[in-house]
Amino acid sequence: MSTRIFGERVQRNNDERLLTGGGRYVDDIPLSGALHVAFVRSPFARAQIISIDTSIAKEHPGVIKVYTYKDIGNLDVEMPLLIPHPALHSPKTQRPLAHDDVFYVGQTVVMVVAIDRYVAEDAARLVDVEYSDPFNCSIEIEEAVLDDAPLVHPDVPNNVAAHCIQVSGNPDKAFQEAEHYTKLKVRVDRSTAAPMECRAVAARFDAVSGELTVWDGTQAPISVRGGIASIFNLDEDKVRVIAPDVGGGFGQKVLLFYPDELLVPFAAMDLDRPVKYIEDRTENFLGSTQERTQIHDVELAATKDGVVLGLKDNFLHDTGAFIPYGIAVAQVASTGILGPYRIPNSRVEYKAIYTPIVPVTPYRGCGRPHACFAIERAMDQLADELGLDRFEVRRRNLISEDEFPYERPNLLFADGLAVIYDSGQYAKALDMIIEKINLDEFNTQQKAAAQEGKYLGLGLSFYVEATGIGPYEGGHIKVHPITGKVYVNTGLTTQGQGHETVFAQIVADQLGVSPEDVILVEGDTGAFDWGVATYASRAAVVSGNAIHLAAQKARKIVLDAAGNMLEASVDDLELGGGEVRVRGSDVSVSLAAVATACNPLRYAFNEAAQAATQFAPAARSDEPALGDGRAPGVETTAYYAPPHATWAYGVHAAIVEVDPGLCSIDIKRYICVHDCGNMINPTIVEGQVMGGVAQGMGGAFYERVEFDSEGNPRNANFMDFLVPYATEVSQIELHHIETPSPLNPLGVKGVGEAGTIPVAPVIASAIEDALKPFGIKRLHHVPLSPNSIYEALQESGGDFNSKL
Amino acid sequence: MKKSEIRKAYPENSSDPLYSITLKVNNQEITREVSPRRLLADFLRHELGLTGTHVGCEHGVCGCCTVIIDGSPARSCLTFAVQVDGADIRTVESLQNEDGSLHPLQEAFKKCHALQCGFCTPGFLMSIVSQLEQTKGDIDLSDDGIRVMLSGNLCRCTGYQNIVSAVRQAAEQITRNK
Ligand code: FES
Ligand code: FES
Repeated sequence: MSTRIFGERVQRNNDERLLTGGGRYVDDIPLSGALHVAFVRSPFARAQIISIDTSIAKEHPGVIKVYTYKDIGNLDVEMPLLIPHPALHSPKTQRPLAHDDVFYVGQTVVMVVAIDRYVAEDAARLVDVEYSDPFNCSIEIEEAVLDDAPLVHPDVPNNVAAHCIQVSGNPDKAFQEAEHYTKLKVRVDRSTAAPMECRAVAARFDAVSGELTVWDGTQAPISVRGGIASIFNLDEDKVRVIAPDVGGGFGQKVLLFYPDELLVPFAAMDLDRPVKYIEDRTENFLGSTQERTQIHDVELAATKDGVVLGLKDNFLHDTGAFIPYGIAVAQVASTGILGPYRIPNSRVEYKAIYTPIVPVTPYRGCGRPHACFAIERAMDQLADELGLDRFEVRRRNLISEDEFPYERPNLLFADGLAVIYDSGQYAKALDMIIEKINLDEFNTQQKAAAQEGKYLGLGLSFYVEATGIGPYEGGHIKVHPITGKVYVNTGLTTQGQGHETVFAQIVADQLGVSPEDVILVEGDTGAFDWGVATYASRAAVVSGNAIHLAAQKARKIVLDAAGNMLEASVDDLELGGGEVRVRGSDVSVSLAAVATACNPLRYAFNEAAQAATQFAPAARSDEPALGDGRAPGVETTAYYAPPHATWAYGVHAAIVEVDPGLCSIDIKRYICVHDCGNMINPTIVEGQVMGGVAQGMGGAFYERVEFDSEGNPRNANFMDFLVPYATEVSQIELHHIETPSPLNPLGVKGVGEAGTIPVAPVIASAIEDALKPFGIKRLHHVPLSPNSIYEALQESGGDFNSKL
Repeated sequence: MKKSEIRKAYPENSSDPLYSITLKVNNQEITREVSPRRLLADFLRHELGLTGTHVGCEHGVCGCCTVIIDGSPARSCLTFAVQVDGADIRTVESLQNEDGSLHPLQEAFKKCHALQCGFCTPGFLMSIVSQLEQTKGDIDLSDDGIRVMLSGNLCRCTGYQNIVSAVRQAAEQITRNK
């Protein structure tokens, strides 16, 4: 009677609310009498503050209070370093409001609180901050690391925050034994997540109960709660942090703390009024963290047949002015560089470099796109140098199915655990994409296009993604006694990934209810406050399995109680349609009645409650109302802590037409083969992948945060930073492989970041292929752009013009 | 705030001058006093409580704030409230039918998984609804045609593909019903 809902294309169960204007994002929360914040931000990358004069701003009508570092008491300290690491020898974090020095354009210097945002912005302009002459600075990491480079932090020589070396196998030996060496240098530039909803924080302090409520568009409400409680020296139970609807995060919202996340609650307590800070788009570019700049020097040592024996990678990682999130991004890149390939010997060395620009924390992909670009460009080059086919070179190096679990000895992932690939069918994925591309057809098309003076190219890239890392998450389940609806909680939170639907599917299977009758409340420490956060494509893996375990426990309680109520053996019972039934009969009891009966009552306040009063049969009547070790109701909690990351992977390919005159590209086909283990809901998986690929297309060809040599952002708005519209993104063909993860009961792997990772190398590889007739140099710098195609064509020197 | 501190009297409004405007919003006639620099988006959201209209950039690029003014899609972040004196405005809150059922475009968005975080969604809906209403049956429902219809709005989550399908589905449904 019950069919499995796990794996079904179930429609999302909270869309109706979002489609009708019923979303509740932070700025939608009605807070009567709320005051509004605007910040005065640094106009210089590096300078010293000489004086701050707030006197005129304070007198401006409608201004409530103006705060400098002197006015924030204990908050005038460096904010926490979230992820310490032995290699991070010189960690620096910022203060909520600048004190003495400023370190990047956009750093918060003064906070103005006024009756509305218009007035707050007026007053922010009336604050007079006097700065020293701006200091010299180096924005380029390759210059910043030199001996005579100006320093971002005077006590950090060469601007090196961290230095790390990871060696696996015996790379020196591999390099001695090799027959062929492939060398290249690749670069990925700065980008930003640009979620459509900027960051937002609102806070209300209730002086009667002593409770502080903070609405924060964060990916990590529980961690924010812990931090706020400890920084303000409040009892954790007196602080409630709620991440309501959040309009996209993509990593940018996992950092804690942004200055406003502390200053807004501080002001709410100080002023005894609700306070709100709604970041605008320019501020999102100036003050919210970014990611991506890395420069990799990669060398492969291979046999003549293209088997890669060893890899050396030496890279620089830009961390911006501070390093609050530690070296997670660089660490992920340093382990991801080996991709899906066997490469048994490797040496990876990197330095994280301070530059006086917005700090870096993970953005969708988190080091993987950089590493993927480096290794995949290297594989293409190796193939060309050896005169081998690009697909064939990869095939010769892919880890084969019987090699799993595949461990890379001595390498540590960003979670501090071993790098062990748990499962995959890499060769099958390669075969599948070759079949889907239809290589013969492409070759014919390419030739035919060339006849017409059109340039078609084929690009490809593999990727791997370590997903679902620890430490842990929890799941809490409670069956509502009156309605029989199932309430589910977990500690992490969603920014649109569809948790409410996939978690409902997991529960629905165990309890025989429809997914619409499962109601998920997450991201609210008032509802459930054990857990960590949404990052590293981990929600389905870590929370999903915790909820699954909790649902199994709940199922057992329901079956035991129903067995007693129906006087049937548990083995004869089945769950479905919101009730428990004796198989093959019409004897049944509803889940609501079971839940009610599991809570022994004295008062029969409704019909169902009658069944739960003193002599009701949820428990054997000769026992106490609650048997030994039993809790009332159907309520369970379980936790899941993964042994280590589970590795998803895939391969993407694109057919691109390049117009060498306009230097523009047109993506004709984009094909993904991907494997994220068992899929809970293919529709939602596809949504994640398509969104990721679109973001990857932006990153490959359009999006670059630019700074001038003095550290001024040059395109801090959506007119100049080009997030692709529908017209720049192509249709995407998706194909699934499902190799279960052996690490968790559901066999799932994460998928949130997957789509983004390989797009840049696919596009680069395709453009290169298309422009082969011009003999263009290799494309080793993303984002690509019409300019970079133009330059590559110019440098090729060939008979470029005659072919147009 | 210290226990001994007396709560200050905060002003309720800024000292901006106020102008009276009368307009129709979602079929209801209203008259309000507004500051001349009040953006329509803020007016709708914070004075009328219609928070379904979102603000993603405040400079006219993302389309999150799209509403329908006198039958045409418009950016409420680039419009002052005083400019819409006498106008007829529709926001996403007006799309649902009286009986609570969804507008065909909303229905199609749901069926096609055309939204994730939902922040951009009201802007897409209002822009497309108005384009579908204005068309005289000459609408290009190819992928490229629909993508051009969508090209005034940014979405960072979906990659647009499912939005393209949803628009096609809704457009076909609406034409069928005409
Ligand atoms: S908020 Fe109006 S276009 Fe972006
Ligand atoms: S659904 Fe999130 S921005 Fe479009």
